[in-house]
Amino acid sequence: MANQLTIKKSSEQGLIDFLTFLLETRKISAVFTLRETGKEGVFDYGLITDVQMLKQAIPLHPFMPVNAGQELSRFKAMKKQVAAVIRPCELRGFIELIKRVQGTPDHFLLISYTCGGALRFASSLHGKGDTNLPGYWKAVEKGENYKEIRPTCKACEYFVPMNADATVSLVGKNHEDECVLELHTEKAKEMAAGFKGEYSEEGTKSQIVDTLLEKRKAEKTRLFQEIGSVMKDLGGVVEVFSRCVGCHGCSRVCPMCHCILCDFESHLFDHEASVIEKEFSRKEGMRLPTDTILFQLGRMNHMSFSCVGCGMCTEVCPADIPVASIFMKTGSETAQLFDYIPGRDIDEPVPVTVYKEEELSKLG
Amino acid sequence: MTEKTFTPRIISFLCKWCSYSGADLAGTSRLKYPPTILPIRVMCSSRVNPIFVLKSFFSGADGVLIGGCHPGDCHYQSGNYHTRRRVAILHKIFDSFGLETKRIRLAWISASEGVKFARVSSEFTEELVGLGENPAKKEIFL
Repeated sequence: MANQLTIKKSSEQGLIDFLTFLLETRKISAVFTLRETGKEGVFDYGLITDVQMLKQAIPLHPFMPVNAGQELSRFKAMKKQVAAVIRPCELRGFIELIKRVQGTPDHFLLISYTCGGALRFASSLHGKGDTNLPGYWKAVEKGENYKEIRPTCKACEYFVPMNADATVSLVGKNHEDECVLELHTEKAKEMAAGFKGEYSEEGTKSQIVDTLLEKRKAEKTRLFQEIGSVMKDLGGVVEVFSRCVGCHGCSRVCPMCHCILCDFESHLFDHEASVIEKEFSRKEGMRLPTDTILFQLGRMNHMSFSCVGCGMCTEVCPADIPVASIFMKTGSETAQLFDYIPGRDIDEPVPVTVYKEEELSKLG
Repeated sequence: MTEKTFTPRIISFLCKWCSYSGADLAGTSRLKYPPTILPIRVMCSSRVNPIFVLKSFFSGADGVLIGGCHPGDCHYQSGNYHTRRRVAILHKIFDSFGLETKRIRLAWISASEGVKFARVSSEFTEELVGLGENPAKKEIFL
């Protein structure tokens, strides 16, 4: 059976046609996609069940309002199939959540795409996104990093989706020309059966994907050095994280921070007066709100190895802390300890839930 | 010029079944070890949330010792293996920010190893004296 489906329309329109076909033939009951709600520059994720409503869908628009992995995990026991169009990092986030028993993949047709990055909130809200689009798509075609995408997107090596049922090829392609949908799984092929388009065997991989990968790797090295040069000792850590206002927005939008009973949301750090008095008698001063750096490093201990680098935390940080870049750097180091890549394989257990009897012998 | 000798403070999380009993044995055997250890008994070394260690460190503890049963001897089958991974992650994070990993130590001390407990505490204390005071002690923004 053919692995590649080519639709002679723009990438976005081709994909929408495909989704329309799935809805009309009742192969799926709903589409989870990004949509434009009418007003200029107002985007959100939505579940669409009506074919007419698909006109609002802009599945490939370079904007990420939330990490969709987090949203997909909310539909735990749905019976009907839903097609979801999400970014590679969102998909990896979803896979990580599934490992943590926070979701099930069975009722999703997961469609992803080779991703050129998501625009920063600052340059995509209030209609600013549209002015960025021509430049953005040009960069995607050439395999370059567009200047207004998130810092972690520029350093992301995993822009080719892992574990997707189907992938839309965007990097290295002119998105106006045609829509190339690669069908990876049997499920996707069954879904596509009956859809009119050109079917072919697996096409050749675009060279530009490798070009972009090299650029991303170089940027990753640069970004990590930049973070490392600032946060190189306790003073550096304090300098960066002391801006934290303790809103916990970063953990709210983080797909990995799913714990309802989070230590940092509890009353654990609502210290009694005596504790506070003791603290400032010892240190001759005290910062308020308390324990913000503890929160950052504590959270890092709990989830950094699963950080997918989606960049949501940086986007929501009111104090302009490059949270995502920091977590991406430390996360890649902690994950490396266990040869772990978050979202790579659904059967690969989360490092802290398993152990080997013979390992880390230097520690004990 | 007289210099005040620095006595480190070591917050120690000791597992009830092994390390804490080991500390007891060190005491009943009248072994000599430095008065730097502040023991906190936990049911298992895996009870130690990395946050405890971070909080101790940020509050100015010069060292943090986590004591558990030897691998394979955990009273709860696998607790200490999980502890080991957590400490590895904690060390990695400390490394990542240029903080002193040497201030956090994991030790396997069984209930019969009073001697080892005394030795580990002495060695760790010496090492911390070499390292000097925890810089976090003076840092109020923690």
